[in-house]
Amino acid sequence: MEVGLVFVICQDRLTIDVLVARLPPSGLEEALCQTSVEAVFGMTEPGREVIRIRGLNKRFGSTHAVIDVDLDIKRGEVLALMGANGAGKSTLIKILCGVHPADSGTMEIDGEMVDFRSPLEACAAGIHTVHQIINDGVVQQLTVAENLALDEICRPEGPMLLSRAAITARARGIQAILGLDLPLGKAMSELGQAERQLVAIARALSHDPKVLILDEPTSSLSEAEAARLFVLIEDLRARGVAIVYISHRMSDIRRLADRAVVMRDGRVRAEFIRPLDFDGIVHAMVGHRVSEGARAAVAGGRTVVEIRDFAITPTSAPFDLDLHEGEVVVLTGLIGAGKTEFAECLFGTATPFAGSVMIDGKPLRAASPQQAIAEGVFMAHEDRGNSSLVAEFSVLHNMTLPFLRQFSKLSLVVPDQERRAATGQVSDLAIKCASIDVPIGSLSGGNQQKVVLGRWLIQPCRLLILDEPFQGVDIGARQDIGHRLRETAAGRATLVICADLEEATEIADRIIVMRDFSVVGGHSIDGLSLDALVAEISGAGTHATFA
Amino acid sequence: MSTPSSNPAPNPAAPAAAVQTGTAKPAFSFKDFVIKFGLLIILAVMVVVFWRLEPAFANARNMFSILQAVSVTALLALGVTVTLAIAGFDLSIGSTAAMSLMASSYVMVILNQGTLLAVIVCLLLGAFIGFLNGVLIVKGRIPDLLATLGMMFLLLGLQLIPTGGRSIAKGMTLSDGSAATGTFTDAFLALGRYRLFDLIPLPVIIMLVAAVILWVFMERSRYGRVLYAIGGNEKATRLAGAPVERYKIAAYMISGLFASIGGILLAARVGRGDVTSGSSLLLDSVAAALIGYAVLGAKKPNVFGTAVGALFVGTLLNGLTMLNAPYYAQDFVKGLVLVFALLFTFGFASSQRR
Repeated sequence: MEVGLVFVICQDRLTIDVLVARLPPSGLEEALCQTSVEAVFGMTEPGREVIRIRGLNKRFGSTHAVIDVDLDIKRGEVLALMGANGAGKSTLIKILCGVHPADSGTMEIDGEMVDFRSPLEACAAGIHTVHQIINDGVVQQLTVAENLALDEICRPEGPMLLSRAAITARARGIQAILGLDLPLGKAMSELGQAERQLVAIARALSHDPKVLILDEPTSSLSEAEAARLFVLIEDLRARGVAIVYISHRMSDIRRLADRAVVMRDGRVRAEFIRPLDFDGIVHAMVGHRVSEGARAAVAGGRTVVEIRDFAITPTSAPFDLDLHEGEVVVLTGLIGAGKTEFAECLFGTATPFAGSVMIDGKPLRAASPQQAIAEGVFMAHEDRGNSSLVAEFSVLHNMTLPFLRQFSKLSLVVPDQERRAATGQVSDLAIKCASIDVPIGSLSGGNQQKVVLGRWLIQPCRLLILDEPFQGVDIGARQDIGHRLRETAAGRATLVICADLEEATEIADRIIVMRDFSVVGGHSIDGLSLDALVAEISGAGTHATFA
Repeated sequence: MSTPSSNPAPNPAAPAAAVQTGTAKPAFSFKDFVIKFGLLIILAVMVVVFWRLEPAFANARNMFSILQAVSVTALLALGVTVTLAIAGFDLSIGSTAAMSLMASSYVMVILNQGTLLAVIVCLLLGAFIGFLNGVLIVKGRIPDLLATLGMMFLLLGLQLIPTGGRSIAKGMTLSDGSAATGTFTDAFLALGRYRLFDLIPLPVIIMLVAAVILWVFMERSRYGRVLYAIGGNEKATRLAGAPVERYKIAAYMISGLFASIGGILLAARVGRGDVTSGSSLLLDSVAAALIGYAVLGAKKPNVFGTAVGALFVGTLLNGLTMLNAPYYAQDFVKGLVLVFALLFTFGFASSQRR
């Protein structure tokens, strides 16, 4: 191997690992000799199934992530795979592209049974994936041309020395097939998100995929950039590629999807074909089991948080919001609606464009989490593994991390006090652990989440924010968390971010809906109208239906 | 990671964790025992073997000269342990110590000042270098290895500038032709040479006191807890309200401070501002800190382990010297020990949980 390649490997090992091994048998070389589109994309009759999945199951420990899934993916069709976080989409996709083996069930590609042992086998079978984090698919330090020809560069039996001209020619060939016009000489890092995305897709397409899986391709794109991507996707559809499109953006689905499959709690819950019923999709996604008016709302007491003329971004509509002592308010909305961004403004990790926040009548001064905590604003973030827990630490040390000062004398931690506080939380929340000294990783997801909540209940606060506290949490733990939240709710305002309406109605006194970075509605749990709620979440009122 | 997939065996029972760790624990695992005590056992075996082969090895005076020999390395290693704890690294400790050595000599010999000032100047200098490292890493966003590598080179050159590249010794000729009037004070030299009860060298006492203080700081104080938390998950620690940037800068300042103490002791023992004295300090102390990962199965940078690691390397080198092993064998053996210690930490242990 030459120095250049080694350098590339240092920069982006993941990409190369995937690349080197997935070299197509006949591959690029042959594909590039063919200039006709049909030869590359092997036109067969559209509408025929490429993939037929029957009875697929996957468990992770006690979590049943995918349950009895049947799914057909057809040629020349854009299939929208939808569902809230933790619905099982990503597990299903990972089984499809060979990252995880299924526990049971069958998968056929063009009528042949397959059982992928690795992502490389899936690639060889014609299933290619462009992941949400596109930087996993491209090497930032190389030029566009080098990225497009990367598979060739990495070929073990390829030439020792590479000429710039040869690389450029190869890259041009790939471009021509796809009808793209990318700045070949530019470094990847100089490109916009959309162009990077296009390069990543072009790379995937140079392997003549039967199925192209796009995971949240527009999540970091502007409108114009997304439009450019849509044109390419529509073109691919016309060429007979089966496209699985994962997105939370309703507008994407409106524009592209021929069919939508909604997953929830590991199962395929509903399937929609054109014309798509968007309220139906949202219903299926966020809570078809929601019982209306199951519980009486607790009336809020004194106003704790007063938010006025609050604009999260320069383009979002300003809104007002009050949060009261003793009530649990759920902030709901689709992913990308700005829920987390709003919470981050309150916790000092983001700055709003405009507006004021008062806590107990005094302006909130929070430019950092440290200040926010000092002002009595506590927040348990989404994605506990990355944002809340220290994997090397025990349950005890994870729990007390923010409040060590309280358990310290002369800066030395007093073990008795610390342990008493943690043990108290463990019993109040019914955390299942052998002892408070076991590593946090030995606990189940639900119990880990309880530890995160317990951490923020050690000290009283004025506003407690929980961002998606039920992610990867089983029903039992979810109920424990909900009960404890309610038991402790007096004396503070509680704001829970939660996209799932079933979870929301379990704990909420009041549900407020966020869309496009602004609060668009609020409902008491008493006499809650689910239809009105869903309409607000999906924005159906403003967009009418799919044409 | 916290995903359910980290549980290797599909266990239908909900309190899986409680069952696994609570009752199903094997009574005795040879592998666990080796991972935990392997290094300490090897250290003990080593001492016995050296003692059988060369009885002079085991007399008290030799034992303390081993400790004296490792005290400077140990101090530097203790400092670097703090930066390792925040998942950083400080490559500049060796040249910080050398800088401190030259600075103390300069203050006394050329500026003709007293012991106290020399020591204070060195300590401030060490803390300041650490501060610079921290600022470069935290505010300048330079990766830790690169920032401290740059600082290392910078200091290697800087310490030679005031004397034009020459070592500092009593009565040396200055650039204006006159002879230096100052001298190493007796009090300063005592820092490196005095033996309590005519047996225990002062540097050993200083090192032990520093190690105990640092152990309390890292293991028992809330600051140490936060430093380890930063090393484990910086984002989570920031979101838990810790001023992470200040902690990181402080970690590098501690590292610089310990390195400068090491430099002072070295200067006091050598008794001259020798430009080459600090050359092997960096690698030896990093080796000691890394060997420390394997002590008692800590698998993380830890103060006790670092002290044992330094002792381990010192014992090995002293024993080899007494047995007349050639000088070039020493680095080889050091490397061998380090590789095996790291294998204990990472290789054998990786098949366990996580």
